[in-house]
Amino acid sequence: MELTRRNFFKFMGAATASAAALPSPAGAWESKAPPDPYGCLVDITRCVGCRKCEEACSKVNDLPEPERPNCQCTIFEKKRRPDHNAFTVINRYFTGRLDEFDKPLPTFTKVQCMHCQDPACVSACIVGALTKDETGSVRYDVTKCIGCRYCMVACPFEIPAYEYDNPITPRVMKCTFCYDIISKQGGVPGCAAICPTETITFGRRSDLLNVAKMRLKENPGKYIDHVYGEKEAGGTSWLYISSVPFEQVNLPVLADTPSPRLAETIQHSLFSYLWSPIALFGALGAIMFKANNHGDKPTDKSGGGK
Amino acid sequence: MKPAPLNKPLFTPGVLVMLALMAAGGIVIIARFIGGIGYVSNLTNARPWGLWVGIDVATGVALAAGGFTTAALAHILGRHHYEAVTRPALLTAALGYTFVVLGLIVDIGRSWAIWKPMIYWNINSVLFEVAMCVMVYLNVLYLEFFPIVAEQFKGRVNLPGIFARLNNTLETVLRVGDAILDKTMWILIILGVVLSCMHQSSLGSLMLIAPTKLHPLWYTPILPLLFLVSAIGVGYPMVVFETTLVSSSLNLDPEMSILSPLTRITTFLIGTYMLLKIGDMLFRGTYVYLLDGTHQTNSFIVEMLFGVMIPWVMLLFKRVRKSRAGIFTAATLIVGGVVLNRINVFIVGYRSPITDSTYFPAPGEILVTLGLVATLMFIYRVVVTYLPVLQSPKGAAS
Repeated sequence: MELTRRNFFKFMGAATASAAALPSPAGAWESKAPPDPYGCLVDITRCVGCRKCEEACSKVNDLPEPERPNCQCTIFEKKRRPDHNAFTVINRYFTGRLDEFDKPLPTFTKVQCMHCQDPACVSACIVGALTKDETGSVRYDVTKCIGCRYCMVACPFEIPAYEYDNPITPRVMKCTFCYDIISKQGGVPGCAAICPTETITFGRRSDLLNVAKMRLKENPGKYIDHVYGEKEAGGTSWLYISSVPFEQVNLPVLADTPSPRLAETIQHSLFSYLWSPIALFGALGAIMFKANNHGDKPTDKSGGGK
Repeated sequence: MKPAPLNKPLFTPGVLVMLALMAAGGIVIIARFIGGIGYVSNLTNARPWGLWVGIDVATGVALAAGGFTTAALAHILGRHHYEAVTRPALLTAALGYTFVVLGLIVDIGRSWAIWKPMIYWNINSVLFEVAMCVMVYLNVLYLEFFPIVAEQFKGRVNLPGIFARLNNTLETVLRVGDAILDKTMWILIILGVVLSCMHQSSLGSLMLIAPTKLHPLWYTPILPLLFLVSAIGVGYPMVVFETTLVSSSLNLDPEMSILSPLTRITTFLIGTYMLLKIGDMLFRGTYVYLLDGTHQTNSFIVEMLFGVMIPWVMLLFKRVRKSRAGIFTAATLIVGGVVLNRINVFIVGYRSPITDSTYFPAPGEILVTLGLVATLMFIYRVVVTYLPVLQSPKGAAS
């Protein structure tokens, strides 16, 4: 190891100059949400559990036929989750609501990717294989993916699924928001187009928020006074309104903070333009220079010591 | 005393056990590349990360911290007294990080695409930064190790048979490489410390994006700081742990004159870590969970009590610090505590908020991890047998 005065200052000079040439570290965290995304409003009170949306989804996305597609009864006995064969599923919940004969009333809830405004998965993805599109769709580019599954860890809705049985080329599988369809004029996602009870309304997210709030206002007492997805995790493109508390139908209670904000703020304030590593390098270099230029000389030449 | 190759037979019963574990792990790895990750593991959509990330990656990185902490002490702070332990620590770090990459190759779904982060950058991703640092640092470690190889073989390259024609080329590579590294080693040493600080802390930032999934006992905005401080704190105990193991199993000088002062620095480092952990718990009020009896809470208590507090108190006593058994016990507890901390953050404390999922690693996952650890130990044994890493045996002329 040779650390001469000349070597040291030459190297440090170059490092400092490159750091100084760059603008100052980035400021506060800013949302990267698209300005006017599409969305879907799901009115849980309208859903009858016909599962036509599951069928349409499978067709549009070239997935296997849904499990027992015509069954509207025993299929609901176990709670299902979207997986690598199904981007959306309907679940049935008994939340304690009763009909006029005191029989428990079911509540059906559709579940799929929420297409967050500032998605955790997009921020987490090591290679940027997941992106938030102008349309609002969170898209997956398999050609970049390495299969680390950090997106699955990050997602607060537990949506991305994995092809665990594929040994070489597994994919992350999740709702595409029918990107190819909605990016064309007049296109409507498969599930929203087929829904016979108009549970799913497709449109601009801003318009849907107005529609949702109007329904809450015009039907006092019918709905919980909350549009799920307006603010959850910083807002989602898919919105839900319901007559039963959302956590009872597996829509998790989430803070309004956009998921990526804390991690991105820490990362960017520490590592913008690599200022802190460069500063640390300089400080350690100065210490090393001072410590090794008087007193005992190092006896070793390797990084490993004597 | 100078470091020297070990003059001992390689195939001892212990080494044969390692080879058996390596074979078992190898078979599971073959099964994983035939049947998929799901075929050999208990990973699910609700539990995308398990033993392989928790142990092979997160713990592997933490326990390799001895490499940069000893380098900082001996070379940057100029305490050349400690140089005797820097070579084994460097070897452990180089092997540890190699093991991290091997573990990742098994764990990621598209192993062949592992190079893609070099092309496709997502600078918002914590994992991207970790990956970049680990990749560069692995190369830094190999370069730092190069002079040890050169020291053994320079002027002595003599390959048999048809490989003999490569002798001159190899000789030149060793000579030129050694000369270049001689001038630039200080850059690599500082770079190693900087890169380590970056990714050791960022490993803690990984879970910050999932506030609803990590138990509040561990989820804290200062998780990156805790990961960094615990990595620095575990560096010297890891050196004590492995030096004691190696020197007693190979009958070498235990080097108490070096290990004992290292544990004194450790009391300070682990003390700082303990204050941060307890302060964080008090500040966020998470002590309310301490008595709820869930397995997460119990695991947290074990981690703090046996992995941090007891060894810290032990090392406060001079009598413990002067005793070989004393420092080995304390160091083992600290190493165990950091291992448990990483397991807690990535496995035990991980909750899937919607699906009710319990996870316990499948036999296949355990065998792969054991196999990789055995491989690491086996390579360590081979390297110290043939390269000048360890101090010469007791009583032998050096």
